[in-house]
Amino acid sequence: MNLRDTLTLSCQTVVSYRTRSLLIVLAIALGVAAVVVLTALGEGARRYVVGQFSSLGTNLVIVLPGRAETSGGFPGAALGQTPRDLTLDDARFISHLPQVKRYAPLNVGVAELSAGGKLREVTVLGSTVELLPIRHMKLSQGSFLAPGSERSAQIVLGSVLAHEFFPDGKVIGQRIRLGDSRFLVSGVLAVQGESMGFNSDEIAIIPVDYAQELFNTNTLFRILVEARSRNDIEPAKAAIAHALKLRHDGEEDVTVITQDAILATFDRILRALTLGVAGIAAISLAVAGILVMNVMLVAVAQRTSEIGLLKALGAPAADIRRLFFAEALWLSLAGGAIGYALGNLGAWGIRLAYPTLPAWPPVWASVAGVATALITGILASLLPAARAARLDPVLALSGK
Amino acid sequence: MIRLNAITRVFRMGDQEVRALNGVSLDIASGEYVSIMGPSGSGKSTLLNVVGLLDRPDSGRYELDGSDVTDLSETERARVRREKIGFVFQSFHLVPRLTAAENIELPLMLEGIAPAERKSRVDAALDAFDLKDRARHRPAELSGGQRQRVAIARATILRPTALLADEPTGNLDHRIGAEVMALLEGLHHAGTTLIVVTHDRELGARAHRHIAMRDGEIVGDEK
Repeated sequence: MNLRDTLTLSCQTVVSYRTRSLLIVLAIALGVAAVVVLTALGEGARRYVVGQFSSLGTNLVIVLPGRAETSGGFPGAALGQTPRDLTLDDARFISHLPQVKRYAPLNVGVAELSAGGKLREVTVLGSTVELLPIRHMKLSQGSFLAPGSERSAQIVLGSVLAHEFFPDGKVIGQRIRLGDSRFLVSGVLAVQGESMGFNSDEIAIIPVDYAQELFNTNTLFRILVEARSRNDIEPAKAAIAHALKLRHDGEEDVTVITQDAILATFDRILRALTLGVAGIAAISLAVAGILVMNVMLVAVAQRTSEIGLLKALGAPAADIRRLFFAEALWLSLAGGAIGYALGNLGAWGIRLAYPTLPAWPPVWASVAGVATALITGILASLLPAARAARLDPVLALSGK
Repeated sequence: MIRLNAITRVFRMGDQEVRALNGVSLDIASGEYVSIMGPSGSGKSTLLNVVGLLDRPDSGRYELDGSDVTDLSETERARVRREKIGFVFQSFHLVPRLTAAENIELPLMLEGIAPAERKSRVDAALDAFDLKDRARHRPAELSGGQRQRVAIARATILRPTALLADEPTGNLDHRIGAEVMALLEGLHHAGTTLIVVTHDRELGARAHRHIAMRDGEIVGDEK
């Protein structure tokens, strides 16, 4: 019997045992769909986290005062007492290092913003013009704190603030009061939404000198540094730490972190998580494989006399083995294809329900899911097919 | 031609040995019409299975059309069955999922014949066995006589030299049974060796040579 006839005949068999075939195809399809959907979720979570970090800036090195006892850390983590603060002079000193492309000092505080009889509390960032490119922020109108304008009382508003205080849209050039000083609105930030729990639509940014004056301090909250390239991140980190140690009388009293290190950790964790859930889903595929074996064994028992007939008609054992093998192949193939479609449909549903989660199933998972379905189906059919081929035709024909 | 020489076939039932065939020697020439009769358990079906290469004798030699087929491999035996032997069973043994035409096509498929030629040969067989308007029906939609006609068409589609029928009318009423026998005898007239195993004396008497069996041995052989 040639390959085409074997495939046609076994396909006919699969179609004619409709209920049985549908159930087994469903079992395989659910397994494959589980692999696709779960890995899409895992991969989506990973991409989401990576995306959030990237939105903070690329090749970013962050200097914060104080020494963390443990390595690693989180940008917002509360750190212990600091013997010596970071200053603007520290920041300027760092900027001369060869690995540093640009830097932005950062001060953060809360102050009252008022204009036209309206008043609200806002988070105020004090920084320089370099903050914009380092943090990947964009302006929707006006200009940012122009270089050399650190001493002019300019303010840039988040989009929500601009709308709240100046609903008519005429924002640029307006005067607004922050704390006790009057500022000139020079620009408005583009809508960016929340990133790492920080909503840039509701902040105001002023020159760092004014911020230090406003909050009555001469220290910095952070220094954000952008390294020249990805390869310069680690050298930059070391150089900054060394430079500040020298400036601080040999005391290592600052912490330099790179988002790459944090990002890599999250990336590793979430990749492992994705692999883990894929493995769990694959177990359901193994179960489906056992189901295929069971169904095929029942099929051999049910069709004993038919197998006897085929032998009487002169079918060699190899033909009969291939027929049952092809039958399992069809079932797994249909299950794999339907499961793949079902899984992608599920992932699409997740993306629809949670637009911020990029739940795209990774290619390797789809391939592995369908391949596992095929391989388990094929493996599961080996024993039943061999059993069918071994049947004694005389006994098979008499239905014993 | 069929030449059996001292064929023995022993079955084990628990600790008992049953000699289904006990040193049977038999020559059947090409084109003969032979009936094999005997009570249940006389070994007539086992004899038919050995002749049809479905069963292997425990001892003795079997020569078919001049070549020794006793020690052929399983695959070789399948090929000889396909090319030289046609089986007709009491219970028809049609594949329930397949239509009449597809059932008849099965041996052609196993032989690896191209679809176009298969179709013309199946059409010819449907014509010859008066099944033209039943071609697309499944076995469940056919009468007993039609089913057996499909089975005979399937058994003869590869033009075997010998047709082996085990109680071919056992599941049919008298009139339909006679029709089926007439069909088989027509094939015999066309040159096929016909061997019929039956309980039915009347049916057995129609053959040109009558072999009687008892306890695994041939006890009568008359022409």
